[in-house]
Amino acid sequence: MENIIHVTVVDREGKEHLLEAPTDMNMNMMELCKSYELPVEGTCGGMAMCASCHMYILSDHSLPERNDDEEAMLDQAFFVKSNSRLGCQLHLANDMEGLKVQLAEVAG
Amino acid sequence: MIETDIIIVGAGPCGLFTVFEAGLLKLRCHLIDALPQAGGQLTEIYPKKPIYDIPGFPEVLAGDLIDHLMKQAAPFKPGFTLGERCETFEKTDDGQFIVKTSRGTIHKAPVVAIAGGLGCFEPRKPPIGNIAQFEDKGIEYIVRDPNFYKGKRVIISGGGDSALDWSIFLANGVASEVTLIHRSKSFRGHPDSVQKVLDMSATGKIKLITDAEVVGLNGNDSLESIEVDVQGEGKQTLSTDHWLPLFGLSPKLGPLADWGLNIDKNSIEVNTFDYSTNVPGIYAIGDINTYPGKLKLILCGFHEATLMVQSAFKRIYPDKNYVLKYTTVNGVTGF
Repeated sequence: MENIIHVTVVDREGKEHLLEAPTDMNMNMMELCKSYELPVEGTCGGMAMCASCHMYILSDHSLPERNDDEEAMLDQAFFVKSNSRLGCQLHLANDMEGLKVQLAEVAG
Repeated sequence: MIETDIIIVGAGPCGLFTVFEAGLLKLRCHLIDALPQAGGQLTEIYPKKPIYDIPGFPEVLAGDLIDHLMKQAAPFKPGFTLGERCETFEKTDDGQFIVKTSRGTIHKAPVVAIAGGLGCFEPRKPPIGNIAQFEDKGIEYIVRDPNFYKGKRVIISGGGDSALDWSIFLANGVASEVTLIHRSKSFRGHPDSVQKVLDMSATGKIKLITDAEVVGLNGNDSLESIEVDVQGEGKQTLSTDHWLPLFGLSPKLGPLADWGLNIDKNSIEVNTFDYSTNVPGIYAIGDINTYPGKLKLILCGFHEATLMVQSAFKRIYPDKNYVLKYTTVNGVTGF
């Protein structure tokens, strides 16, 4: 279907969820996870200010680079790796078909 | 003891607007907030971000909205207990509530309105197993009194403004030794502060360790040393008197979770008739409540506050009848 991609999210228990994601609704990965009721808080609402949507990119998609806000927030987060991203900063786009991510651990 | 008509837990936009709406009904309010200033997340997290969905304001900066709300509430002379977290509440025999804060301030009122937003802002704690063992025994998440570190060896972690600013301050003749540990090579703080830290590192006033993370803590009664994992170099042990992990604040529901209220996914369940909780006399408004169809928007919080104070009025004055009056007709008469 047009403007629908498929994204796999691995939750914190290791379970894989295959999600259908619309790319024409101005949504990001944090919002997508929330809409499927996956355990992503999205506390700050998507301003890159809480890191509760911290996730790791497992597939080798080339994604837009982290902006300053995202870098700054990841600086303050824990369990950060080189493939860490904030879901709220990843806007769903057609070239993300097949993307696979894993939700990062949440610190106390 | 502070006595009022409505104790408002949380001095964010919703709590502040409650003061205005309550004031129109001649009810007095007192706000309590864990942060040292009013405004909640709007002032603490995003004061310079524009908001576009406040009716009548095509665009308003979050910080400016709080200024406007403070001005709007001012005629009704709200009281403030700031920098103190609400800890406990109890019911009195005469149907009132006693709310106590982390610093022991006591408040009494017949109505409590929880406008706690995301909860209390608390320091982000690094996920190290035995960290709790050393809290206030060498590990502090907030610098309360810089003189506390006089002549001490201090290690600071973090890459933001507070980590940079305290490193600079403590390295200028306060602490005997300051080490700043940061996860990457680049810092996100104010460019001036970043430059100062780099300069002080070049002259040896600050010991700078980048691409590194604290992964372990050692000590008996108090902190004695920390383990640092440096990328490409492996682990090393640094002895110290204090470690200050400064990783910013994140919101937690906190003690409110133990108030006996019905809670669903960190939010307080309310009846949309008047935003009352399962405890008569305690209401929850704004981002902290939940009900079918709930939207976490400031404008929805304003609506909830307005309906809530009507119910509060009836609870406080069961025998009085109230007729809705318009501010255009009556103006605003303060206390």
